[in-house]
Amino acid sequence: MASEQLEEYLESILDIEEKHGIARTSAIAKCVKVAPASVTEALQVLSDKGFVKYEPYKGATLTERGREMARKVKRRHRLLEVFLTDVLHITRDNVHDEACKMEHTLSDETECALCKLLNAPARCPHGSLIEACNRKVESCSACLDEGQALPASTRKEPLLPVTSLAPGQKGTIAFIRGDNGVVQRLTDLGLTLKTEVQLVRKAPLLGPVEIAVRKTKLAIDHAIADHIFVTPCGEKCK
Amino acid sequence: MSGCKDCSGCDLLHPPVDTKAEYVVALAGNANVGKSATFNQLTGVDQDIGNWPGKTVERAEALLQHRGRRIRVIDLPGIYSINALSTEEQVSREFIAHDHPDVVVNVLDASALERNLFFTLQLTELESPLVIALNQADLAAKKGIVLDAGKLSALIGVPVIPTVAIQGKGIAELSDAIIHATCSRPRPKIIRYGKEVEDRIARIQALLPGGSGGYPARWTAIKLLEGDPDTVWDVRQHSPGVAAAALESGRELEKIHGEPAATVMSAERYHAAEELAASVMEIRPPGDNEVSLTEKVDRIALHPVLGYLLLAATISGLLVWTFVIGAWISGVLTEFLSAIAPVEPLITGTLPEIIFNGAWTGFVAALTLIVPYVIPFYLVLALIEDSGFLTRFSLMLDKGMHRMGLHGKAIIPLVLGFGCTVPACLSCRIIESPKQKLIAAFLVTLIPCSARTIVILGVVAVFVNIWWALFLYLLVFVLIVVLGRLAFRLLPGESVGMIMEMPDYHVPHVKGVLGQTWQRTRSLIGIVLPAYIIGSIVITGAYAAGLLEPINAALYPVTVILLGLPAMTGVVFIFGIIRKEMTILALAAILGTTVFSDVLTPIQIIVFGLVTLLYAPCISTILALAKDFGWKAALSITALETSLAVALGALLFHLIGPFL
Repeated sequence: MASEQLEEYLESILDIEEKHGIARTSAIAKCVKVAPASVTEALQVLSDKGFVKYEPYKGATLTERGREMARKVKRRHRLLEVFLTDVLHITRDNVHDEACKMEHTLSDETECALCKLLNAPARCPHGSLIEACNRKVESCSACLDEGQALPASTRKEPLLPVTSLAPGQKGTIAFIRGDNGVVQRLTDLGLTLKTEVQLVRKAPLLGPVEIAVRKTKLAIDHAIADHIFVTPCGEKCK
Repeated sequence: MSGCKDCSGCDLLHPPVDTKAEYVVALAGNANVGKSATFNQLTGVDQDIGNWPGKTVERAEALLQHRGRRIRVIDLPGIYSINALSTEEQVSREFIAHDHPDVVVNVLDASALERNLFFTLQLTELESPLVIALNQADLAAKKGIVLDAGKLSALIGVPVIPTVAIQGKGIAELSDAIIHATCSRPRPKIIRYGKEVEDRIARIQALLPGGSGGYPARWTAIKLLEGDPDTVWDVRQHSPGVAAAALESGRELEKIHGEPAATVMSAERYHAAEELAASVMEIRPPGDNEVSLTEKVDRIALHPVLGYLLLAATISGLLVWTFVIGAWISGVLTEFLSAIAPVEPLITGTLPEIIFNGAWTGFVAALTLIVPYVIPFYLVLALIEDSGFLTRFSLMLDKGMHRMGLHGKAIIPLVLGFGCTVPACLSCRIIESPKQKLIAAFLVTLIPCSARTIVILGVVAVFVNIWWALFLYLLVFVLIVVLGRLAFRLLPGESVGMIMEMPDYHVPHVKGVLGQTWQRTRSLIGIVLPAYIIGSIVITGAYAAGLLEPINAALYPVTVILLGLPAMTGVVFIFGIIRKEMTILALAAILGTTVFSDVLTPIQIIVFGLVTLLYAPCISTILALAKDFGWKAALSITALETSLAVALGALLFHLIGPFL
């Protein structure tokens, strides 16, 4: 099986798994747009290569290796979508198919350059979260700063979106990504840089998150809160 | 009241001769700080609730009479900042700058001082005479925060009055301070920011010493620095050079901080607010790891399973309470009122008889609907709201609402819709984006209000069975979700995500709950009562004049051919536009019996129920929609819902009819 096809399968399985837990053959067939019989065959191959765990009549789940591969392709796909929309101004309806074709030929180097060019975007044009890359850098800015005249302060601590904190965990705000309107709204509510925040709880199903800041509690839409990046607190926080 | 030190000319106990003089006071502050409670305490129940001119933002106004003075108090919307990002902020900012209120009263939540002072700092920049009400001092004390009001007053240079508004504490002192301030006009001190910002403000201020657009010079300079679009546009008109220089300064700030200048300024203000707060606040260490009541309740209310159970139980409890208690009170009231004069919608006679009969029927119907069903509903809803539970429900439902392009806050209008559609439509003002406001109002008109519920319970549940009644209800909810999604896709404009404060729970306060109930009931009476009375007169008159028969004939293709109903239901549906529950009354009068199953087949009753649920909103709702969204939107919604009702009714009749 060609590596392109293999990657397409892994991506589809990842999508289906996120929604339904296990990827059934019929669902995969629908997603990849092939006959169920070909899916069974492909799953066998993927299983032999150690990318998925396949149980006939039940469906497939990704192995660690398969998941890593799928995520990597997904990230490239979404980065490409941003590039096609924001830089090349291609209609949003067409970028998905374009990106689907391009994602398999992208090298690591190009992926990194693309991410830098696009200023480490958070979401694809359709609104899905773009995952962080697996490079050994401490944060996006470490990558973005390189060779550029951006503010000199490079981050030493890891950055997390506030939504990734554990309930009860504290962090200090490191940066807020997003358009000026959103940043201003959040800043006005007291979410300024270097302010300590605590994640109180997350609502189920990616619902709003509750954040404690400056002795008040705010419920913030999950998608907006994804833009608030914090340095999680070790012992340093009061 | 340190602001009074320098003032010797004002004597509060001996007001000047001109006691008729009216002063204007604006109440400003964050949301959830007790601003409305302060407003209610200052002015009592006689309030004028309307819209800001041309905006769908609520404007509340009332009179404060104190020591022989008459003071008009305007409650500005609860906001967190005075940019022009939202309509609420724009309205507040323009009112303070252009209408020049004699005093601005800033209500602060003592338990969240930093964020509240952030707003205060912006008010000081507008340089209006200022009085600060330091509210919820009791709550702060519970959290171990002790505040020095005198010191805060000295630092800002204006009177600071500690209050506990929901208990009425400090309100007399606040009223005194307001009266005093109308005369002494305490100007706040200028709070200085960091050097790199101050230098730039000074530079711009030197270029534009007179300010611009009625705003003070320092405010104008700060707004130019922030790149505020309105101010930049305004200054560009008369001094383009200054605007360019100011924007350049703003860009310098952006370069230093790597953030937009407005964000830099917000951070500066927060820094100043932190310092102010820290110097007037003493925090006693809280008890050893004691979990607050709010946290304990939230563990249930926001639990992924228990939370939804609580939500479902509360909403269904609310509805059951409304209709059980409502049916009982309604029965008693109807009996009492029919003893005074009979209620008979269709009557002929002399013109005065017709007019009296129409007016009386409309009046009785309004009374037997509003008092028994709507008031108990509002009362319990106000309890749920005031205690803090409704905010939690908003949070739990936020994700689901996204599917309809709405967010969690829309739960308030949607739930209100079960009572009466009119106040529910008006309450859509709490939603920020115009698109979401319109979607919410549209969906609210589909929610079965108490009048429609009475029809479904009284006709379908009684004469077919309860399951069909529930099916119709379910169908409406499915429709709401589907139409919501469609509206979200088709309507232009953007949907913004929810950012909402989560106030602590507290025991609902009687005055607040009653006030909220009364305000909603009043906005309902204002529109519904006249519409009921006038509508009933018109309909009775039309009937007496024999004008209704042609209507039946005209609607024949719809009622008989499409819906399979008797021809006389044409008139019934026309009646229903005046008031939905009137369809029962009219049906009984025209059919000459209250046992509908004798004259209508089950499928006819079901179709009749479905159409009543969905077709044109009642006239009061159309008026409310037109008021907030314009006639085009109101009539489009009416047309859409009517065609939907006919289409679904016809479908039901022709598809399911043969099997029943």
